[in-house]
Amino acid sequence: MLPARFDYVAASSVEEAIAAKAEGGDEARILAGGQSLLPMMKLRFATPSKLVDINRIDGLDAIRSHNGHWHVGALVRHADIAASGAVSGAVASAAPWIADPLVRNLGTMCGSVAHCDPEGDWNSVLLATGAEVVAQGPSGRRTIAIGDFVQDFFTNSLAEDEMVVALHIPVPSGRSGGSYQKLERKVGDYATVGVAAHLELAADGTISAAGVAMTSVAPINRKATDAEALLVGNAPSVELFAEAGEAAAAAADPRDDVRGSARWKRRVVAAFTRRALTAAAEQAQA
Amino acid sequence: MTDTTTTPPEIGGVGHSVKRVEDARLIEGQGNFLDDIALPGMLHMALVRSPVAHARINGIDTDAATAVDGVLAVVTGELMAAHGLAWMPTLSGDTQAVLATDKVRYQGQEVAAVIATDPYAAADGAELVDVDYEMLDAITTPQQSLAEGAALIRDEKEGQTDNLAYTWETGDEAATDAAFAGADRVVSLTTHYPRSHPSPLETCGIVADVNSVTGQATIYMTSQAPHAHRTLFALVAGLPEQNIRIISPDIGGGFGNKVPIYPGYVVATAASLLIGQPVKWVETRTGNLISTGFGRDYYMTGELALTNEGRIQAMRVDMLSDQGAFYSDAQPTRYRAGLFHVCTGSYDFPHAHIKCRGAFTNKAPGGVAYRCSFRITEASYLIERLMQTAADELGIDPAELRLRNFIQPEQFPYETATGFVYDSGDYPTALRKALDAAGYDELRAEQAAARAEGRLVGIGIAHFTEAVGAGPAHTYDIAGLKMIDSAELRVHPTGKAILKLGVKTQGQGHETTFAQIVAEETGIPATDIKVIHGDTDDTPYGLGTYASRSTPVGGAATAMVARKIADKARHIAAHLLEAAPEDIERDADKFHVAGSPDQAVSIQDAAFAAYTNLPEGMEYGLEDVTYYNPPNLTFPYGSYVVVVDVDPETGVWKVRRMVALDDCGVRINPMIVEGQIHGGLTEGFAMSSMQWITFDDDGNCIGSNFMDYLVPTAWETPRFELLETVTPSPHHPIGAKGVGESATVGSPAAFVNAVVDALAHLGVRNIDMPVLPDRVWEAIDSAGG
Repeated sequence: MLPARFDYVAASSVEEAIAAKAEGGDEARILAGGQSLLPMMKLRFATPSKLVDINRIDGLDAIRSHNGHWHVGALVRHADIAASGAVSGAVASAAPWIADPLVRNLGTMCGSVAHCDPEGDWNSVLLATGAEVVAQGPSGRRTIAIGDFVQDFFTNSLAEDEMVVALHIPVPSGRSGGSYQKLERKVGDYATVGVAAHLELAADGTISAAGVAMTSVAPINRKATDAEALLVGNAPSVELFAEAGEAAAAAADPRDDVRGSARWKRRVVAAFTRRALTAAAEQAQA
Repeated sequence: MTDTTTTPPEIGGVGHSVKRVEDARLIEGQGNFLDDIALPGMLHMALVRSPVAHARINGIDTDAATAVDGVLAVVTGELMAAHGLAWMPTLSGDTQAVLATDKVRYQGQEVAAVIATDPYAAADGAELVDVDYEMLDAITTPQQSLAEGAALIRDEKEGQTDNLAYTWETGDEAATDAAFAGADRVVSLTTHYPRSHPSPLETCGIVADVNSVTGQATIYMTSQAPHAHRTLFALVAGLPEQNIRIISPDIGGGFGNKVPIYPGYVVATAASLLIGQPVKWVETRTGNLISTGFGRDYYMTGELALTNEGRIQAMRVDMLSDQGAFYSDAQPTRYRAGLFHVCTGSYDFPHAHIKCRGAFTNKAPGGVAYRCSFRITEASYLIERLMQTAADELGIDPAELRLRNFIQPEQFPYETATGFVYDSGDYPTALRKALDAAGYDELRAEQAAARAEGRLVGIGIAHFTEAVGAGPAHTYDIAGLKMIDSAELRVHPTGKAILKLGVKTQGQGHETTFAQIVAEETGIPATDIKVIHGDTDDTPYGLGTYASRSTPVGGAATAMVARKIADKARHIAAHLLEAAPEDIERDADKFHVAGSPDQAVSIQDAAFAAYTNLPEGMEYGLEDVTYYNPPNLTFPYGSYVVVVDVDPETGVWKVRRMVALDDCGVRINPMIVEGQIHGGLTEGFAMSSMQWITFDDDGNCIGSNFMDYLVPTAWETPRFELLETVTPSPHHPIGAKGVGESATVGSPAAFVNAVVDALAHLGVRNIDMPVLPDRVWEAIDSAGG
């Protein structure tokens, strides 16, 4: 690895990290797991002026349950989530599908979310479950809904002097379930197609809340809002889920590439949406 | 497993699955790879590569690069040209640019080199070399390349008026045409074997150390063929050959990628010569994937003439290869498309005619190989896919069709319609054994039931025949160098030995298996034998390790030199035992007088006597060298059966079972053979399911890193069930055949046949590799499934 020259700061607190990043301007980057950033630096696609390493900051590596949310700190690794017995639903379903074991050991959930790669899996899961991002800047913390955080292709809504310190993910409660379906060419590959689904059932068995979001089939991770609208208020059924699958396929905007044709990807979205909803409903009804 | 051992475990001769002696040092980080080498005063080189596929170079500005702290020099094609080194010959008799002077002809082509005191400064400098490119249209397929009015890629080449790289044909065209004219049925298949890459984990590299006073050039280099490379360096650079020492250290995989001489080697050597300090160049991953020798890119149309009963009467093949910008295949001189004409495979063909053409394109040159035994992967793929097509078209079970057409055991030695003489084989037994292990009849019944339920199950068969061990000097040479190989054995007074080889391991386990051959033939324990290879000053001449030739040629040389040593030791034993040499018999570990097993001396006793107590008139010492010219190639073969389940909704297919029977003759170390087969099957699975290097219309390489060029991990690789039969080669001293490439050659067709078989009832006859899920889904969709 022969990256371009850069400065390096190991911060010992969030405040110090924010200050160091602000000093470095828009070319300074936070280094957490480095599993997306370092490969880009290796290829010199990314040439940050400064890396602010947050790995030595205490207290960022825990998953806590608080006020009906899981609070996932900025240094929680993908492997921590996969190994955690505390998470369930779509989050637990997606965790073993993130990258490969080596990347999961170092890469962080917060880092992946902040990276806003449309081929990243977590943002679909967070969109489906209605999670929030906690950002901290010089003037304190603010909470941003995931839909507002993900702005565009590799673009989030953080200010230059902010960093992601945690994610707040709603804990599935009552009769609920979730699933993440991913098609990848091999372990460690980005999704060719990914679909996250989250369902909550009312006492009468009808769907009271639904989240469906897609990976790698649009310029950013995209919620399938028409599919969600179809689901709410209806009882789970094979036909309903197939219909939702078609709605998700219509909402997808895939392109032809080496992974396959756009036409085919839409069919995979339809199938995976149906399968994810079926798995979610089975959990909710269990 | 067949037990072929004749020695006890403490001797560890042929047939013992001893652990690889090289592994401990490699696993514990005590190996010595190219990038581990550091010499005093060593400089570092980075290459500037073309970002575009086809462009004229109007100028190169090196000022900013030269100004970088630590940069000593920027080498351009102009400087190389001043020393007569801007172009170099290829292994196929073409020429290749070392550093581009006139045009760049593919993305990734070497344009300049930056020499600096550390690798970071070299990389920084390389970014600042400013090349003025005048863009030209890129030609990215051989069909475009040979079309009327296509721009001339090789405009520098005297006499070249089109983009044709070569033509070659073999077989009897008239007899073949006549057979087709009279055939009941003609079946044809057009398929593309895509461009793949050997992608060894270690990229290529060199440390060139030219002494400015003595002229001695010590060159550490990732080389599969150090002796041949020494000779080529001497011929290309005009250096006296005795002053060139090539040392190929531990090599992190080759697979054919480390056979050619690359521009980086030449530039680093020239830079060391000019500057007077050692220069290291280690290729980047992207550099390796976009510029070095790839494999395949063959467009093939094959036809079979058959009777209604499925008896094959003739084969006709029209092949067009995409050579990239330079024709630089490593292959025997007389064969312009390697050994592709072995494409009649395992079947008794009265007639065949094979026509080959190659075209220049704006893509990386090479076509060298990728574990292919000189293009046999392509040949084997074509015939085995054609057999599937014929079975589907004629409505004959694909196993039955093969059994009806196999060369029969009593026909060996068998001369094929294209001139190979197969040494030995029993194909029907091999296929039946593999089918039985897979439970073939039950699988066919299950498949029928599954189809009735709308499920898709496929059973794919491939029965390949390989042609390895090039080769006999009357036919085989590379750049004029006959494809013989050598071994030198020195037995020391204490009975310990050093074996020196002309071949060079890149992971094949030579340090283990070649010692086992010596143990078998002399009784010296394999653990007492050190194997030396890769250093041209310290080993006898040889053509190197590729095309599965080490065991057939270098292994034979080893057996023969060990026999010379054993014979001398027998004479010494006779002297020690006061008996006539003809009365001495050799056991696994000692010599005894015939009829008196107690009157015996060990090989160690004989070795000590070779330096201390010799019979009258015998020369002291116990060492010898053999140069082996093989009488023929060897022809390993195998029967593979793959079972897949296909998801009709997404096109995703999963391998349920893979039964692989290999017959490579006598197995020197069965465990290492199995390891070779596992690796080859994995590569076959990779090529059939996910692996390809492709290009966009502008000639940009898609697949320039391991996120885009896929190498499977243990997670997605199927489990393999290995079987064997043992049919020794009749002409190899120990009956061994090569095996390193068998599984890569044989398995891709088995995987593809399985997926096609799953869809055959829908009318699907072909899906080109890699068989990606979208291609499967499209095939189902367009078949109306």
